[in-house]
Amino acid sequence: MASKFLVLGEVRDGSLRNVSFEAIGAAKVAADGGEVVGVLIGDSVQALGVELIQYGADRVVVVEDAKLAQYTSDGFSQALLAVIESENPDGLIIGHTSLGKDLAPKVAGKLEAGLISDVTSLEVAGGNTVFTRPIYSGKAFEKKIVTGGLVFATIRPNNIEPLQKDESRSGDVVTLSANITDLRTIIKDVVRKASEGVDLSEAKVIISGGRGVKSAEGFEPLKELAEVLGAAVGASRGACDADYCDYSLQIGQTGKVVTPDLYIACGISGAIQHLAGMSNSKVIVAINKDPEANIFNVADYGIVGDLFEVVPLLTEEFKKLKVNA
Amino acid sequence: MNIYVLLKRTFDTEEKITLSNGKINEEGAEFIINPYDEYAVEEAIQIRDAQGGEVTVVSVGNEEAEKQLRTALAMGADKAVLINIEDDVENGDQFTTSKVLAEYLKDKEVDLIIAGNVAIDGGSGQVGPRVAELLNIPYVTTITDLNIAGTTVSVTRDVEGDSETIETTLPLLVTAQQGLNEPRYPSLPGIMKAKKKPLEELELDDLDLEEDDVEAKTKTIEIFLPPTKEAGKVLSGDISAQVGELVQLLRSEAKVI
Repeated sequence: MASKFLVLGEVRDGSLRNVSFEAIGAAKVAADGGEVVGVLIGDSVQALGVELIQYGADRVVVVEDAKLAQYTSDGFSQALLAVIESENPDGLIIGHTSLGKDLAPKVAGKLEAGLISDVTSLEVAGGNTVFTRPIYSGKAFEKKIVTGGLVFATIRPNNIEPLQKDESRSGDVVTLSANITDLRTIIKDVVRKASEGVDLSEAKVIISGGRGVKSAEGFEPLKELAEVLGAAVGASRGACDADYCDYSLQIGQTGKVVTPDLYIACGISGAIQHLAGMSNSKVIVAINKDPEANIFNVADYGIVGDLFEVVPLLTEEFKKLKVNA
Repeated sequence: MNIYVLLKRTFDTEEKITLSNGKINEEGAEFIINPYDEYAVEEAIQIRDAQGGEVTVVSVGNEEAEKQLRTALAMGADKAVLINIEDDVENGDQFTTSKVLAEYLKDKEVDLIIAGNVAIDGGSGQVGPRVAELLNIPYVTTITDLNIAGTTVSVTRDVEGDSETIETTLPLLVTAQQGLNEPRYPSLPGIMKAKKKPLEELELDDLDLEEDDVEAKTKTIEIFLPPTKEAGKVLSGDISAQVGELVQLLRSEAKVI
């Protein structure tokens, strides 16, 4: 049945994150021929509305306020609740990002609504939107529906296809005024650690290092390969515990869960704790000296060898490809 | 300082997951304190030791969770509360759990609530912020550092690898991220003491809640295991030839480059 879905466009450093377009793609499926309304929240975000429309939103509602320049759960929930009140949608889809994970449960709590988090696919079946999501760190999946009220979900980045961008699409971008008051948390400082490279959660390619990199310097060849491929650099818990890199790079059960198109594991043994964070990647390459390493059991392609020999060769190969392309 | 810790009993991270009758098979599985909740317990104990007060660990679940609550008491928590909903709630969700917790907490003198940022079984990460919303107190998720001076609180929060410093006030709910601390193991004297520490067991009735009040808003209609992956291709031959072959395979077979 056709219905109306809201999608929150997530803005970072003045641009929309990809997951916003994926959320529109998800909402298109869930709305089943109905309307998809983009929502933008910030202090100066109206100009981004057109891009949401080009990716499939029918129209966009913008809430702007100086107090919304940075994300706070109080400010953003007040803005989003104002849009929900004004639009009275059947459903709402947000990215399962730091922002989405922080904001969605508060809004669901306020509305006493159900919320299905970390969705990796969805379909409409038997009059319900059926959401599929990983449980037990990806060792199993569940299909879930909302049994009443708002159909509310957060979607995992990199899993749901966005629509093709269509620059000929147009639609209304209108402003809604909301009274933003009482911000109980104040951001004093932001230290950028992850911004040096590509964002892990949205990366299409990830080069990841484990204990086998042996030192902080050992990550250098991985970084070079990442640069050639436009990839993000990740790490196993072992590498983080050994202080070879920052915990912000950690992929695993504790740490980040990633699903890139290509995951290259270098010197990673493949402990269950690590697999939980990356085993749903589309293609996995393992490079490890130990032919018995568990990582080879989940890898699509494996090279048994020293990463310090293999990785620079890979970098050279990909460089050649780039030159020829 | 009155500190409450929200704790969930979960599958051991190393357990292999199998299904029986369409449900996750719990037969013979090892259960642990949700790893993120361990950080919460540790943080609560450290704050109490530095500033005085009391740590109460609260879990919503069935009687089996008593074991994990005793472990938290052995680590150093003062009191435990088990809200046993097994007989009243057949299928709960995050709405259910947060409603039960908020109902328990609403008339307590709460300064600080610490929870894990996510449970490794269900993986939704909803309960902390939902409880804060229901109690109408501020919250900060995925924290890696917490400093309390009077009622002013400075928190460091992990935001996809970046770190934010946030100022807020008590009462407050925070959810723990890895890196917050290094949880201690229960000591032998701790384990002995834990046996005598108070562990209160409550049911919905004790909280003046009816089943309808906490009825789930979502429903699981199917659980399935991911398809088993076919064995991958381990390349052979000269290393540089292997690298060349790998690049070819990634381009022509896997089509990811």
